[in-house]
Amino acid sequence: MADTAEAQTSELAYGRTEWDDYHHLPTNTGLTNEKVTMWAFLGSDCLLFGALISTYLLCRNRVGPATKGPTAADLFDIPFTSVSSFVLLMSSLTMVLAVTSIQRAEMERCKLWLLTTASLGSIFIAGQVYEFTGFYREGLGYTTNISSSAFYTLTGFHGVHVSLGIVMLVTMWVLVTRGILGPERAETIEIIGLYWHFVDIVWIVIFAVVYLIP
Amino acid sequence: MAMTEERPEVLELESGETTPSTGAFARPTHASGWRAWFFTIDHKKIGIMYCAVAMFWFLCAGIEALLIRAQLFTPNGTVLSADQYNQLFTMHGTTMVFLVIMPLAAGFANYMVPLQIGARDVAFPRLNALGLWLFIFGGIFLNLSWFLGGGPDGGWFAYAPNTGVTYSPGSGMDFYALGLQIAGIASLIGSINLIVTILNFRAPGMAMLRMPVFTWMILVVQFLLLLSLPVITVALVLLSFDRTFDANFFNVAMGADPLLWQHLFWIFGHPEVYVLILPSFGIVSETLPVFSRKPLFGYSIVVLSGIAIGFMGWGVWAHHMFVSGLGPVGVAAFSATTMFIAVPTGVKILNWIATMWGGNIRFTIPMMFSISLVSMFTIGGLSGVMHAIAPADTQQTDTYFIVAHFHYVLFGGALMGLFAGMYYWWPKAFGYRLNEALGKWHFWLVLLGFNTAFGPMHILGLQGMARRHSRYGPEDGFDFWNAVSTIGAFVILIGMIIFAVNIIRTWLRYKAGTVPQEPADPWDGRTLEWAIPSPAPEHNFDYVPVVTDVDDFWHKKYQADETGKLRKVANGNDIAQKGDQHPHLPSPSYWPIVLAAGFPLIALGLIYNLWLSGIGLLLMLGAIFGWSLEPPTDPEAGHDGQGDDHHPDENDPNSDSAIVEEAPVG
Repeated sequence: MADTAEAQTSELAYGRTEWDDYHHLPTNTGLTNEKVTMWAFLGSDCLLFGALISTYLLCRNRVGPATKGPTAADLFDIPFTSVSSFVLLMSSLTMVLAVTSIQRAEMERCKLWLLTTASLGSIFIAGQVYEFTGFYREGLGYTTNISSSAFYTLTGFHGVHVSLGIVMLVTMWVLVTRGILGPERAETIEIIGLYWHFVDIVWIVIFAVVYLIP
Repeated sequence: MAMTEERPEVLELESGETTPSTGAFARPTHASGWRAWFFTIDHKKIGIMYCAVAMFWFLCAGIEALLIRAQLFTPNGTVLSADQYNQLFTMHGTTMVFLVIMPLAAGFANYMVPLQIGARDVAFPRLNALGLWLFIFGGIFLNLSWFLGGGPDGGWFAYAPNTGVTYSPGSGMDFYALGLQIAGIASLIGSINLIVTILNFRAPGMAMLRMPVFTWMILVVQFLLLLSLPVITVALVLLSFDRTFDANFFNVAMGADPLLWQHLFWIFGHPEVYVLILPSFGIVSETLPVFSRKPLFGYSIVVLSGIAIGFMGWGVWAHHMFVSGLGPVGVAAFSATTMFIAVPTGVKILNWIATMWGGNIRFTIPMMFSISLVSMFTIGGLSGVMHAIAPADTQQTDTYFIVAHFHYVLFGGALMGLFAGMYYWWPKAFGYRLNEALGKWHFWLVLLGFNTAFGPMHILGLQGMARRHSRYGPEDGFDFWNAVSTIGAFVILIGMIIFAVNIIRTWLRYKAGTVPQEPADPWDGRTLEWAIPSPAPEHNFDYVPVVTDVDDFWHKKYQADETGKLRKVANGNDIAQKGDQHPHLPSPSYWPIVLAAGFPLIALGLIYNLWLSGIGLLLMLGAIFGWSLEPPTDPEAGHDGQGDDHHPDENDPNSDSAIVEEAPVG
């Protein structure tokens, strides 16, 4: 260890700040591994949705000799989807409240807001199922034409993301209720919040680009 | 695959029982034998397994290449049918890219990055094991196609709609699309893990611009993988949905645009070529300074040009598509960016030459492979710049000139660098050096065979020989250079056999005691992996090194005296750590391999019967359940029979034990 002490002295002589910081921080960046992981994953997911949205934009109006049936854009019910989009956006607000309450160690409120967030997400998913069912009844199956394949694939991927978020939120609710997850691990819920907000932002892009832009 | 059959029963029997402290089941405790390898989460064992499995696939892909060359040895070759030929060149390319070069680099990264930055393991050891097993199962799944109706036959870049059900009715392309998705998840997990490790686990004092160049290049590569893999995942998902669920993404009758696949594939595919080459650039940036006994010329410029390659690699993809009708503006733009990306690459080449210039060069095997990378990659790079000139590329596209180009950069570049890394780090991983004389035979035969095999392809390509054609006629005038090329391929084979003999013979002689045990620092190295014993102890570092410089270990050995002349002040083997501590380490786990086994089952189910997918899904859910109930470190287990008698100074801020303890919440 003498080696270490000696090196430490010379390091301080250099006047580098990284070394001073290391006394206080468990990691080089000051962020926990889990949080950096979530940010990296979300960066990767941006490209996933970027590719899917581009695919939809390329496919939505293409016709060929065998094209049949309506396009997805022909069947959009904008008022309905606006409402379900609003529900999803409100879930971001309740997510923030859940994170704040566990940081303040208000566990009862945290449970309430976690459950509210999961419920709002579920309402959104239910709306998506209702919407898809309606489209299918009007003759827009997954294989009907190229725009339907692209539409269902894009919104389906987003729906799976929301559903996984709901599973995580319910799991957190169970862990908080059983006392396994306390205020000292508030960051776990914060990280799930990052995911949840990301999924909401992606929906804003999808709603604007797919539904609103003609 | 035996694993997949026995696990589900265990899950269903016991998954309800939980004991919060040790997880749902007993943990693996084997310190030796196959179970010590199958359930390990030690980054060094995982790194060795990546390389070993990659070498097996290297053998397979090599045999595929030799069959292709045997077919082309004479005009109107009769060794293979056209269909077999299609399958062989597809699988040769796919295997070499995804199952050989990428995992070899991943293996080196796994083994060396934590050592080079002074860490005790990667950030998430269990996720690391999951990545390894997904890569192994993905590779096995892809190659199962040989036994289940024939391999994929659409080329390694699998242009749709040619790879749709209409034109590729066998299940080979399903295995391709699903197998690459599994391998892609493996790489994505690995990339996130290494990014977090490099950003968060550096030893005190190791600022970003004090990291070894190999670690830097690995960091750039992981960001490339992180951002490019989702794009090919989307492309493969679209292709799978087309083939499995009758979607219409590539159905031209419905108005599909065939360029969709090409864009998605090459937006991934061009960053991918830097994923393949940058680790080797990192390796030679380590070996050239060590064997020239000089610091790397322009360390920060080499690092920054690596980062620049990483950024610019995103803006050149359409140069793979110059003949697809992009229009003059697109072609001109991508032509310019492609020429521009040669600049940072050329900067690196010049820096390596300047590193060797005036150095006290030792011609060891790793040095010879490193120099051959610099020279062979330069040839491949120059023919690459030729492709940037769109009118010339229009003539060269889909000819053997392209084949010559990418073999010069991938074999002459990436693979030469990886061989340099093997010979260089072999003492660190196994404790002994590979035989020097056999190594020289290996090197010279491979170099000679490589140039004999791929040099003539430049001529063939410019003569107009198209790639991917299973035969050529005697009237074409291609026979002489094709025969030469085939002879070269078999010279490479002899070189590789000698390499295999070297590995086995040296290992046997090391066990018999006739090959000496190497000390910690056999090459007079510059970076932290040489500051611990060879082979690296299970816990890596006895105490966390404190870094004050680039090439910190070298600066501990050499210092300037009052006249400014460098003097050796210490022997590396004397100041290296002893490896005699026994800290508490993350414990092995069954769950990574069980979770990974679910993926090929799901994929098989998508091809044959969805019930199989259901079983795979249940297996995965059970494994996730077991995984999350299992604490990363078994509180009751000690290591190597020592118990946890030594917690390395938990109050000492120098110690990273706190980090390691909390790390693997995968």
